[in-house]
Amino acid sequence: MHERLWETIEMSLGLELTHWSYFAMLLFTITGSWWLEFAFKIRVLRRPKLAFSAILPVSVFFLLWDAFAINQNHWTFDKNQILGIFGPINIPLEEYLFFIFIPMAAILTLEGVKVVLRRFSK
Amino acid sequence: MRFELSYTQITVYALILTIFFDMFVTKNSLLSTIRFWLSYTIIFPFQLITNWWLTSREIVVYNPDAIIGLRLAGAPIEDLIFGFAMILAVMSMWETLLKRKGL
Repeated sequence: MHERLWETIEMSLGLELTHWSYFAMLLFTITGSWWLEFAFKIRVLRRPKLAFSAILPVSVFFLLWDAFAINQNHWTFDKNQILGIFGPINIPLEEYLFFIFIPMAAILTLEGVKVVLRRFSK
Repeated sequence: MRFELSYTQITVYALILTIFFDMFVTKNSLLSTIRFWLSYTIIFPFQLITNWWLTSREIVVYNPDAIIGLRLAGAPIEDLIFGFAMILAVMSMWETLLKRKGL
């Protein structure tokens, strides 16, 4: 029943929402973290160069592992639940974005926590 | 089929390497700070939710031979360690850049 309804919605919208399944998780992460920038005035997003300098070296390392794991068949992605756009070394677009938005959320959380801790120590 | 390096093995190596990186390379020792553990306490439930989403919907499917088989909220325990290592590494890197800028 639910699946039929889902299919009808998808078809009438001319969308294949199932393909956005992985992407939805990224949107969830972004939604849950971006506002910390403004709520705690932490100036992370306002210094994108600094943030990316911290994220990129770590992400490259973890992406290499990801490529190895995909190559070794440690895990596979459901082709129906990703957008089907692939970047270098055959890694899905969502996976690249994962290694940007998850670390970004982590930095935002850390900076938010630091602001709160500073307030309490005063 | 056997793998030369399973997902389990790689996560353990990555964790050790990251802890080493944080203690001796950036010398932040975030693991002994309140700010790190408080941050991770906040991140942890989100990590469970996102991992659960990816694995229960079978967006990502794991080869049973590559993991130890222990699961939390649907996701292999390796995913949690993987996430933990990545978060620790990024935070450590970030704090080092802040220090270098004198912030």
